Amino acid sequence: MRRLFALAPAAAALGVVGWAAFAPIRSPSREEPFEIPKGTWERRMSGDPVEILPSEIHLTLGVRDVLLLRNLDDVPQVFGPTLMMPGQSFRLPFEVASSYQFACTAHISGQMTVIVEPMPESPWDRLRWRARALGRGD
Amino acid sequence: MRRFLPALLLVLVGAAGERALKAGVFEPPRAAPEFSLTGSDGADLTLSRYRGKVVVLAFGFTSCPDVCPVTLGTLARARKELGAEGRELQIVYVTVDPERDDAERMRTYLASFDPSFVGGTGSPERLEAVRKEYGILAEKKAATAGYTVAHSSYTYLIDRDGKLRALMPYGRPSGDYVHDVRILLAQ
Repeated sequence: MRRLFALAPAAAALGVVGWAAFAPIRSPSREEPFEIPKGTWERRMSGDPVEILPSEIHLTLGVRDVLLLRNLDDVPQVFGPTLMMPGQSFRLPFEVASSYQFACTAHISGQMTVIVEPMPESPWDRLRWRARALGRGD
Repeated sequence: MRRFLPALLLVLVGAAGERALKAGVFEPPRAAPEFSLTGSDGADLTLSRYRGKVVVLAFGFTSCPDVCPVTLGTLARARKELGAEGRELQIVYVTVDPERDDAERMRTYLASFDPSFVGGTGSPERLEAVRKEYGILAEKKAATAGYTVAHSSYTYLIDRDGKLRALMPYGRPSGDYVHDVRILLAQ
């Protein structure tokens, strides 16, 4: 009986790994949203180096393959690849796995990269995808 | 119920069309900023000149070695693929290199892709103001033969009413333009 208890954590870990490898990847929404909060421009003007967008955005076809940008600030902003008016949103779907470079003044480098990956099909790819998503805090 | 069915279908088709654009969509759409430049056809180039047509607005320069030929080639192919509907599509190409791109040079360059394409040039200040309105970046860089200009590579889709509707990222195939232009023409 004690041996069975000792084996329980290993069995649970194996179960988690098995689920991560074989369960299909699903997402409640295909959109990956980013927002410029109200007051961002004022904060920048007062010298606060606000970072709104990560310099690298990872999307996965069929799971999360739509970039959604929203400008909730009171002034126009070059956000991601485009100039957005206050209250405007920009929805960009991707259909091809690739690495996309966009000019973006929201970054010091002036560049934003959107990496679109294919849907992980094999158990090993699903496992790696889930591990990376966990690492990124998705 | 029968009376409402066609209206309901129209609403549903319209909503589906909105969602189905392959380009990045602006919500809510705003009026595309107007400009007045020197057209490669010798006339004033304004957006309002093409009200009633769908406009694809691109920025670039005639000495561009890679991005512009791909984009303009794709747009020429899309216009051909549209067949008769292509007459309702206008490509407007605004230079980011006024130093070299005068109206004549742009006309010759664009005609090699499609004679219906119209280029726009003007003073550096005026062109900079247009770029600012559209969030276009352009930076002059030293190159082996003089200089080159690194510039934003996407294009804008403007509907018949002059509203800035969508942004097509660089590298999308002609079929994506055909798909989206057809949706915008049908509205």
